[in-house]
Amino acid sequence: MKFRFQRKYLSIPYLLFLLLFVVVPVFVIIYYAFTNKTTGQFSFINFKNFFANNTNVQVLLISITYGIVNTLLCLLIGYPVAMILANKKYNKNKVIVLLFIMPMWINFVIRTGATRDVLTWLGISGGYYPELATIIGLVYNYLPFVILPLYTTMLKMDRNQIEAGMDLGANPIQNFFRVILPMTMPGIVSAATMVFMPTISSYVISDILSEYNVVLFGSYIDLYFTQNNWNFGSLMALVMLLLIGISVFITRKFSKDDNTEASIW
Amino acid sequence: MGENEKIIELKNVNKIFGDHAAVSDFNLYVNKGEFVTFLGPSGCGKSTTLRMIAGFEIPTSGEILLNGEDISSLPPYKRPINTVFQRYALFPHLDVYGNIAFGLKLKKVPKQVTNKKGQTVTKMVKLSQKEIDEKVTRALKIVDLEEFEWRDISTLSGGQQQRVAIARAIVNEPEILLLDEPLGALDLKMRKEMQIELKEMHKKLGITFIYVTHDQEEALTMSDTIVVMKDGEIQQIGRPTDIYNEPKNAFVADFIGESNIYTGIMSDKKKVKFLGKIFKCIDDFPKNEKVDVVVRPEDVIITKKGEGDVDGNLISKVFKGVHYEYTIMVGNSEVIVQSTIDYAVDQVVGLQIGEDAIHIMGRTMTTNKFEGYIDNKNNVVFADGTWEVDVTTLLEGSTLDEEGYLVDKLGKKYDLKNADVEIEVGFNDIELFDNDEDGTVCGEVVQLIYKGDHYQVVVRTESDDDFVLDTEFTYNENDKVSVKVDPSKIKIKLKGDIANYEI
Repeated sequence: MKFRFQRKYLSIPYLLFLLLFVVVPVFVIIYYAFTNKTTGQFSFINFKNFFANNTNVQVLLISITYGIVNTLLCLLIGYPVAMILANKKYNKNKVIVLLFIMPMWINFVIRTGATRDVLTWLGISGGYYPELATIIGLVYNYLPFVILPLYTTMLKMDRNQIEAGMDLGANPIQNFFRVILPMTMPGIVSAATMVFMPTISSYVISDILSEYNVVLFGSYIDLYFTQNNWNFGSLMALVMLLLIGISVFITRKFSKDDNTEASIW
Repeated sequence: MGENEKIIELKNVNKIFGDHAAVSDFNLYVNKGEFVTFLGPSGCGKSTTLRMIAGFEIPTSGEILLNGEDISSLPPYKRPINTVFQRYALFPHLDVYGNIAFGLKLKKVPKQVTNKKGQTVTKMVKLSQKEIDEKVTRALKIVDLEEFEWRDISTLSGGQQQRVAIARAIVNEPEILLLDEPLGALDLKMRKEMQIELKEMHKKLGITFIYVTHDQEEALTMSDTIVVMKDGEIQQIGRPTDIYNEPKNAFVADFIGESNIYTGIMSDKKKVKFLGKIFKCIDDFPKNEKVDVVVRPEDVIITKKGEGDVDGNLISKVFKGVHYEYTIMVGNSEVIVQSTIDYAVDQVVGLQIGEDAIHIMGRTMTTNKFEGYIDNKNNVVFADGTWEVDVTTLLEGSTLDEEGYLVDKLGKKYDLKNADVEIEVGFNDIELFDNDEDGTVCGEVVQLIYKGDHYQVVVRTESDDDFVLDTEFTYNENDKVSVKVDPSKIKIKLKGDIANYEI
């Protein structure tokens, strides 16, 4: 039989990729998470150990707290910035957008190292103010991820709709909360998901900036893997996977129209 | 409701964006309960005027009086005026109910309440949920969308969205309802239906409507008063019948309905010559004055050859449903005639044009007038170009000497460098070219009026100087063209006395 090229064959590389780098690793993680390290048999021992030890849960809670604080701060700072950028009156040639995005072009580790030096020079060294230094570093790093989706949603917003709000009697503050904010919700949701989840699992920023004084969940996982305890590390990774799954589910519920292109999910 | 009570008045309103005047010297008042339409081509300033009334734009100068009070700098949310936007501008995050109730939820109304001391005081209170519900239901009933409260905006058709937009505006019981081309996005059938419905709504609600459209038919159908605009200026204000039957100038006549427009000359008292014949007419203008003559296609009667006022060759026929549209050549001039009677093509027929079918308009302009100056090479500079005009025409019997000074008969010398001059160029003395290189200055065709046997074209240069010219050839609006004038046809006149330039 002659081979006939069909369009669906184009998906083969992607399917292979997904299988190799997404599906298989997840199963490997599940396998290790539910395997006893010493006996190599199926067990819930890692699971028990995780919740038996207070430190683990505490690290998890701290990570979530950092995630929430970082997300809120990024949104608070990024939202007005995106609003200004989307306003053609202030941003005539998109140069300002570029200025906000440019830090992303610099190597992450170098950038974080430089941030540490600048913070130390300012007197906010990781030794004395580990939490503050970590938060500053996180916000600095994740701000572009908030500005970009917000900026794109705001660009798409119809000026007439904002005017309609005013026309119907909303003063600028009422108009912001009743029209502009709800209409940019898809952007807010995708910005939040893009910041919250990576923050929990990030550890380079907290390690470098707090000089190992702030331990996030990511560095904890890293710790177990480097100590060769793959089983326990895998279980923690699984816990995080579930957490992320739940947060995605919640945020999807939050934004009514989930088919907007601005959301990455 | 007083019949002639002014609700809103615009006094000398101007709006300038950058160096472009969007609206200039706009004066208008609207009576309470009236249906007023701003009509004009796109870019004529009608939407800008509406936006100034709504409060989205603040006039550069002038006053907007609402019930006698100046509101020109009041923000939109403080004005008792609501707008129906061109593309509806509904809130996608709210359902139909939420959209309509948006204004009501923000509204505060005075209410008599008894305070602790037992006194009756007036307090501003929000509407109760029940009141809001009732008003929303009533508004939905008016726009014929009962039971649609909980529908999502994205599930509605264009016509339904338009109705929601109207309900959202009228539910607030505004003193004036502004409608910015609200039917522009609907298909023809839907548009016709909505026109009638809007008109009925206007009658029922008694609210003043200010409507913006570029569709002359829509304006004629719906309005009590039409304001025809062009280039930010009012061309004519009047009732639909007045605007149609008595257009003030060729632009209005051309814009409103189909019409035959000719250049005529008043040959005698109440007599006008056009199409090569003298017709009796009702309007009176000074003898020998050049005028624009408008004849509506439905007012011309086709007769047998020789029995009408003029004879012409019937060259084409188009069936338009109710009537036929004929094109008849009288000499070189085209006459468009509408008739329900079927005539054969390619025959000579007579045309009868009664005196009440002829409408005569004074010409605002009979030649092109410019202001310019003379440069150091004795050329005249005006309208973006340098023109080699013979400056010796400024002074009879004068000549130019070697140094470029003007010398008169008595030997007096004049230095004309930088002298301000007025320039006049006739409509027929301008040549039009398709490409930039052939002419002296380049511009864009901004207006085109067919005058039976030729077009009157307005070419606007980059610095907004207009050349009005007659041409046999047809152009389109926005065509890039260039113009050239035979220097001997350019008439110049010195501003001020020539003695000022004597050296």
